[in-house]
Amino acid sequence: MKQETVNLASTDRGGPAQPLLMIKDLKKYFPVRGELFQRERKFVHAVDGVSFSVAKGKTLGIVGESGCGKSTTARLIARLVTPDSGSMIFDGEGVAEFGGIEFKEFRRNLQMVFQDSFASLNPRLTISETVAYGPQAHGVSKAQATERAHSLLARVGLRPEQFASRYPHELSGGQRQRVNIARALAFEPRLVILDEAVAALDKSVQAQVLNLLQELKAEHDLTYLFISHDLHVVHYISDEVMVMYMGQVVEMGPVEDIYGNSRHPYTRALLSAVPSMDPAKRTQHTPLSGDPPNPINPPSGCRFRERCPHAEAVCAAQIPALMAAQGNLAHTVACHMNDPQSAHTQTLMEVAA
Amino acid sequence: MSKPLVSVRDLTVEFVGNRRAHALDKISFDLQPGEVLGLLGESGSGKSVTLRTLLRLHPQRTTRISGSMEVDGTDVLALQGRELEAYRGGTVSMVFQEPGLAFDSVYTIGQQITEAIRAHEAVDHRTAMQRALQMLERVQIPQARRRYDAYPHELSGGMRQRAMIALALACKPKLLLADEPTTALDATVQIQILLLLRELQKETGMSVIFVTHDIGAAVEVADKIAVMYGGRIVEENSVAGIVHSPRHPYTAGLLASTVSTENRGKPLLAVPGSPPDLSALPPGCSFAPRCSNAQQQCTREQPKVISLNGERLACWNPVLPLLKEEAVATA
Repeated sequence: MKQETVNLASTDRGGPAQPLLMIKDLKKYFPVRGELFQRERKFVHAVDGVSFSVAKGKTLGIVGESGCGKSTTARLIARLVTPDSGSMIFDGEGVAEFGGIEFKEFRRNLQMVFQDSFASLNPRLTISETVAYGPQAHGVSKAQATERAHSLLARVGLRPEQFASRYPHELSGGQRQRVNIARALAFEPRLVILDEAVAALDKSVQAQVLNLLQELKAEHDLTYLFISHDLHVVHYISDEVMVMYMGQVVEMGPVEDIYGNSRHPYTRALLSAVPSMDPAKRTQHTPLSGDPPNPINPPSGCRFRERCPHAEAVCAAQIPALMAAQGNLAHTVACHMNDPQSAHTQTLMEVAA
Repeated sequence: MSKPLVSVRDLTVEFVGNRRAHALDKISFDLQPGEVLGLLGESGSGKSVTLRTLLRLHPQRTTRISGSMEVDGTDVLALQGRELEAYRGGTVSMVFQEPGLAFDSVYTIGQQITEAIRAHEAVDHRTAMQRALQMLERVQIPQARRRYDAYPHELSGGMRQRAMIALALACKPKLLLADEPTTALDATVQIQILLLLRELQKETGMSVIFVTHDIGAAVEVADKIAVMYGGRIVEENSVAGIVHSPRHPYTAGLLASTVSTENRGKPLLAVPGSPPDLSALPPGCSFAPRCSNAQQQCTREQPKVISLNGERLACWNPVLPLLKEEAVATA
């Protein structure tokens, strides 16, 4: 029995030093239906030149406001949406060259857990069938797939004798999300994309699921791509954090640097927008005014400049590049104030002080 | 003490449609004029039902309500017809979670606010329009004159929620009910709305009942917090009291499982199990099946509500006892 299930798990190729996933210059523009007889086609710049890599066994957290392109990035990586341009390397192999069987292999290595736990389960399958369905499609016999499904359900805290034959509507939100996690693990994936996986859960249940995710990561040597708008949760679970704004990466680095020593004005605003838990220290003024601008016509230069308190002429003229923050190669920031060569009169250090 | 603005006594709500559910079980609370109460709880704990009952929004045929509700000296349950219409939106108004669904999509924001003012007060169209415009400016909508003619779908989520607040406050209500007004918004916009609500509350001196599942949001706006679980209020105290010295095991568990900066890398102290099914509540304390302090008495008998100096607690074995004798009894 063991041999059959092991054949689902793929082996590590490049060794621990090679990043599991490398993304370069990923782009996706969605066309917008314009007015009748309109000459120019308009596009929503959903993801606009995103590059990053995820190290093996680490968790990369992606944060940003709604509409910043975090979910689209996830869908592009899982190839649920085809990118317009950009390259993707999964453990040393270019994903774009994949076709046929290899592509099926790749999908098996990468699983996704979605926000809406109800919509992502088939209402006509019992949860044991749901979890066993994927491996069966990949050639595992029904008996083995079911046995494995039962052990996975037991692992995520749903006793198979009690739950295996239930349908999704008979479960609570937290239980359904556990089923989704079990289903993702049925393939023995290497990368799991968690797209707002705990956002819809009640606080007390959210903590249970977060604990489960941490345990499973250690047991199965998983790599997570954790997408959330909840900064506390991202801080809790991530090793590295990437902050997105309007389809672009504005800051990226180890979790301690982002939370303890953030450089980009947007990251700072995002962090200070978190409600304080202390009634004596209530937030006194809003860190940011207004809403994110329209993604169809993003501002020229730095996309954050219209809401940025430190914007100058150079911010409208030039697009800031993602550069290493002073003395720390792991921590990159896209801001003119970080670039001594730019015409911006202030530096990030002055602004922070 | 002055007479409370809102006084709810033993309010019980039962839905008797296709499925029976005990949504609220004998909840009681008072709210002074100018006070902000935060109702905190998970989904299905009865917080939204409380607000909807206060506005009498439940269909009468399938809802059984008992107990008493008094707002500003009037018995809400006895209101009928015109009086009820004047009460809704006049004395009490509500801000909903989804402003996109609460607005009518075929009228402009301005038309809807103007209409609400004219429905409650005998003013001509011009004056009402002026007032509506003032309200839009007051909730800090930039270019208010232009937004007056905007349809709800033309506004962003944050703008729509501001417009919703403008609509709710247009007739100067004495009580504002806010049902998770910031849950659907981004963090940067959420804090803007919370600060706006706090500012407007100070300016107008109205009372607010603020429903949320996010302790952080409640701490930002509320004076006191009532924690709900399984259709009952299990603990009520000042914000500082709830955050710093929770008494009920559920409140303590909720605070411990909140992800914050301190517990990074450590497993979270999660409350096991999931919220109860309202159609089949256990005979004793509804939190007993998930509670680590639970004893025999908890599963048999419902805990009595004890109150002392504005604090209230319904628990047989609290983490931090409210009364001295109780401490002796549990020791």
